[in-house]
Amino acid sequence: MRPVIVLVTALLLSSFSGLACLASDLDGFTGQKGTLKIAGGTAHIPVMKDAAQAVMEMNPEIKITIAGGGSGVGIKQVGEGIIDIGNAGREATTAELETFGLTMIRWAIDGVAVAVNPKNPVHALTSEQLRDIFAGRVTTWKDVGGEDRQINLYTRDEASGTREVFWTKAIKKEVIDTKANVVVSNGAMKTAIANDPYAIGYVSVGHIDETVAPVTLDGITPSLETVKNGDYKVARGLFSLTKGDPQGLAKLFLEYLLSPSGQDIVVEKGFISVQ
Amino acid sequence: MRKADSRQESILLAATIGSGTLVIGVFFLMLHLGWPLLVSGQFFSLLFQEWRPAEGIYGIYPMLVGSIAISLLALVISLPISLGAAFSATLLAPFWARSFLLLLVRYMAGIPTVVYGFVAVFFLVPFMREHVTGGSGFTILAAAIVLAILISPTMIIFFVNGLNSVSRSHRLAVDALGGRPTQKLLYLLIPQAWPSLAAGTIMGLGRAMGDTLISLMVAGNSIAVPETVTDSARTLTAHIALVIAADFSGMEFMSIFSCGIVLYIFTVLSVGVIRLSTGNKIE
Repeated sequence: MRPVIVLVTALLLSSFSGLACLASDLDGFTGQKGTLKIAGGTAHIPVMKDAAQAVMEMNPEIKITIAGGGSGVGIKQVGEGIIDIGNAGREATTAELETFGLTMIRWAIDGVAVAVNPKNPVHALTSEQLRDIFAGRVTTWKDVGGEDRQINLYTRDEASGTREVFWTKAIKKEVIDTKANVVVSNGAMKTAIANDPYAIGYVSVGHIDETVAPVTLDGITPSLETVKNGDYKVARGLFSLTKGDPQGLAKLFLEYLLSPSGQDIVVEKGFISVQ
Repeated sequence: MRKADSRQESILLAATIGSGTLVIGVFFLMLHLGWPLLVSGQFFSLLFQEWRPAEGIYGIYPMLVGSIAISLLALVISLPISLGAAFSATLLAPFWARSFLLLLVRYMAGIPTVVYGFVAVFFLVPFMREHVTGGSGFTILAAAIVLAILISPTMIIFFVNGLNSVSRSHRLAVDALGGRPTQKLLYLLIPQAWPSLAAGTIMGLGRAMGDTLISLMVAGNSIAVPETVTDSARTLTAHIALVIAADFSGMEFMSIFSCGIVLYIFTVLSVGVIRLSTGNKIE
């Protein structure tokens, strides 16, 4: 798993940016020190990174590490006590919660958008077309109003919460074509689509920037507004889990995420705040 | 003096036994964790089933085919290049070029795998997509080309060591008889060094089979059974890396121990083949 995590972090490192925060929300970290390990869902990473940077700038005694791996990894590793906070882009199952005695909080709402390369002229699909494409029944862009080129499918592995949401809500549990390429994170999905003019895949709405183009589904464009007012249905909560009740730095960090400045980061990164 | 000798001996013996036990221990751990599969008789059916977790089918057949296809193709590409490089570096190239070639090979051996993968994703894969294979470009062929580059230094170093270890007096005898370099190579060096050549080849195959990152980044990881080298495929190692992240209590997670066991058995077999085919000459 290690190389995958390294890759995820490497791909995301480029977009590191600072953020001005209300000092008062960070007051809890005064006088604290130690390390906080976070891993799991890759949709969470942009927010986690900025929040961690704000905390570490305010108090250099605190070290926070953030890794990817997917929602399954987040739940598993936090349960085993390897990390302090596990991220998941889906609700943990009752079995998972009970086995490890996990506590789950939701700090953002996120849409999962179908995405294509910006050079692709196809920017709108119907649910029907989307299902046909991902099932492998429609294999050329020409059939949905694009160029006469083969459609290159990209999907995520089974540990992905993003895949889970896309699979259940966007394509109604249609069996995804086995020939689809599998990528390991939201970041890797973005890179794959940005590099392949004939690609189609799906990413967390918070990850969409100028390198990938979101696809309008049944006339509804995935955006903050449409997810918020419920028009765009392919959405889910972003969760963080701790083993037992959150304590120490993990507690402070989660409280910070839910504070006004934490929620500002959530909005800034393209998600919907929960407070 | 004798006392110090025996102490060193016992330390070395303990280290040997320790590492040996560890290797066997890993096997038993995998066996233990994969035991539910074996007793239910599912282990062997897993080898021939497809991977459809949504339907409760957790076969590793596509990955088995993917691993074998990618590593064999990598070997087919790499073997002639590595043999040629090794022959040049020991015999055929001008003297100044030999040491330069070896220097280059050693340098190549030190480049981290991820660098090859990264370069491949941004240059080789788009090139394949536009000019060679069509589709997404993430293919068995692309992964095999990168793996061939990755494993060739290992093979070349093995080959060169083998060729250089042929005794000097024999070589001088060929020179004295007026033999040309190619004759020396064909009638003396290759027959004498062939256990090393075989061992290097199998080492290369083992390395190609065991590599995770290249196939994860370049081969596309699709779960379909590959039909041609222009298809996307998933290897056993990439499969482990991808599935280890999934629901850990389920059958899905358990099934990856079958991948581990298969990879382990493959390694044991290749080492066994080296041992048998070379008559234990490799130390």
